[in-house]
Amino acid sequence: MAELLDHKLLFVTGKGGVGKTTITAGLGLLAASKGKRTLVCELDAKGDLASSFETAPTTFEEREVAPRLWAMSMDTEASLRQYLLLQLRLPRAFRIGPLARMFDFVAQAAPGAREIVTIGKLCWEVRERHYDVVIVDAVASGHMIGQLAAPQAINRLVQVGPVRQQTGWMLEILSNRATTGVLVVATPEEMPVTETIEFVGRLKTETTVGLAGIVVNRVLPELFGTREEQAFEAVCAPASRELLAEEIGGRAEPLLEAARLMVKMRRSRAAHLERLREAIGAGTARDRVDLLYVPYLFLRSYGLRSTRQVAAALAAELEN
Amino acid sequence: MAVKEAPSTVEELLAAKEIVVVCGPGGVGKTTVAAAAAAMAACHQGGKVLVVTVDPARRLGQALGLGQSAGGVERVPAKAFASAGIVPRGELWAEVLDTKKSWDALVARHAPDEATAQRILDNPIYQNISGRFVQSHDYIAVERLYELHSEGSYDLIVVDTPPTRNAIDFLLAPQRMAEFFSSRLLRLLTVPYRMRFADIASKPFYYVADRILGSQFLQDIAEFFILFQTLSDGFVARAKEVERLLADRRTTFIVVSTLETVPVREAEAFMGLLPEKGLHLGGLVLNRVLPAYLLEPGLAERAGRLSAGAGELANALCATKGPLPGADPALVERVLTEVGTNFNNIGVVAKREASQRSELSRLPSVVASVPELEEDVHDLGGVLELGRHIWSWDKS
Repeated sequence: MAELLDHKLLFVTGKGGVGKTTITAGLGLLAASKGKRTLVCELDAKGDLASSFETAPTTFEEREVAPRLWAMSMDTEASLRQYLLLQLRLPRAFRIGPLARMFDFVAQAAPGAREIVTIGKLCWEVRERHYDVVIVDAVASGHMIGQLAAPQAINRLVQVGPVRQQTGWMLEILSNRATTGVLVVATPEEMPVTETIEFVGRLKTETTVGLAGIVVNRVLPELFGTREEQAFEAVCAPASRELLAEEIGGRAEPLLEAARLMVKMRRSRAAHLERLREAIGAGTARDRVDLLYVPYLFLRSYGLRSTRQVAAALAAELEN
Repeated sequence: MAVKEAPSTVEELLAAKEIVVVCGPGGVGKTTVAAAAAAMAACHQGGKVLVVTVDPARRLGQALGLGQSAGGVERVPAKAFASAGIVPRGELWAEVLDTKKSWDALVARHAPDEATAQRILDNPIYQNISGRFVQSHDYIAVERLYELHSEGSYDLIVVDTPPTRNAIDFLLAPQRMAEFFSSRLLRLLTVPYRMRFADIASKPFYYVADRILGSQFLQDIAEFFILFQTLSDGFVARAKEVERLLADRRTTFIVVSTLETVPVREAEAFMGLLPEKGLHLGGLVLNRVLPAYLLEPGLAERAGRLSAGAGELANALCATKGPLPGADPALVERVLTEVGTNFNNIGVVAKREASQRSELSRLPSVVASVPELEEDVHDLGGVLELGRHIWSWDKS
């Protein structure tokens, strides 16, 4: 798994709400701390990436948010302008307004128009070698396949012309497994695990992009082994509870209930984690993907503090 | 008897409305909450209740005992209620949306003739939009809601909104659809193919468009637009009616969120937008909330004493005359330390959740909390258990 950060382009995806942005930010911080020039890019412009670094909102123009770490957010119009100026050698004074509006309009109907401009910008950053690694806080896994398959879809629809030439080199970058990979984030819960298993299957059959790894996020701590659990039950009996209440100055039930709640939550999640392991590990050795575990963070809020902890957890997992 | 001004529970809200749109950020359990609300209404309020869902994982369909294939309304079988030990007062119906089929039906309805409909269905660009692009779910869900409501077959329809990049996309879908068809650009793009003037390609706009997209693709797009324009009048009229239905006083929106930072922010923005769009914010369901007992005052201190004094406490417990004679004090000490540490961990999260909740500035009059359930919902019994939590809120 040490080679995760040897990729040049990593798409971080997963079901909504599993912590894609936090993992992207943590991985970015880790890559930069290992001496890599790193670009992290947010696709949906919700501003969560900026709050992970406690910085001002990210823009299309990348900005250094930590040593060797740059952050930007995708803007399809700005990306289209850059593309037109660079690729089609349009005069700089060319008024992009009407064209951008047309693009916006075509994008509503033309398959993958918006996606290709996004993917194009990312691939371009990789091709021009401005960075050692580009980490993308990508769309949710439900939308991800469409985005990754956009160059192929365009290739099928557009038979000739400059667009066709464009998708060719993008496909080369995307299909190279040493260069590009998808990192799926899941929490050990029913729907995220189900969606992850489905996504991994579709990634293989519907795109040419490789799977770089799976992050299992928000793993709850294991409080007790079997012997401790028996002892815990004994401590929960009325006589023990009363003794504890006297000594700690109040009812012990809420404390014991909280421990029981954690044990139960961990147990129901363990079953889903097992399902994920079985589904992912079922392939041949060549297909097998390692899981990286990031613990649930019991923190007051999410910001640079949690990003650093995620980076540390990922570092420990990658060294294993 | 005093006249009640506004409903204060989900139960009262559902009794007064005909359409409930369940919306909110991704990953918070919208689908299950929608099913739970519909199932509770069918059980306790009676009548014909329909839940419409996108349910990509077909999990809800399975839980409700429905067939495997999507599309079409299906009645939740009596045996699903029987195994949950409940005799419902009314009927529960469900439809799992099939986006592609719904789009095809829409085209067939609005096309001027069968031949045009077929040409649209065969167009490669159409096939791509209707089958693959998730944005198309947005419109199709509200459109289907309109159709089902105008059938007049149901007393209450609960709609689970599809996963969108942004909850707001869903609200804007009908407006965007109308704009799409009345756009000047649509006309502009199709000009060269409607008028065969030779010099049109020399105009800068088409010259650039041609250079970027290639003429074949441009022609495909134009054909698609020309064909699609024949649907225009029907579509625009329909989109406006759909918008009206969403703003109708019989329609209400229930926002679902967890108390995690990011979903709360999105839910709050969404709740602010509803009244701006003239839509009725009926209630907020907070899902997977930690239990309130964790907020009991003084607990953190007790947990601290438990951890700090774990050794002595273990000795007292394991003493010959103590409650656990013969138990291993080292083992008990470890357990007590863990219990204390765990409370410090989980207590931080409970406090964070409580403050997130109090910071939700635009709280509607109906707020319900659903605790983190011990088991996943996998049958109607589970759906109803969740339903009981949202149904009547204990205001104490």
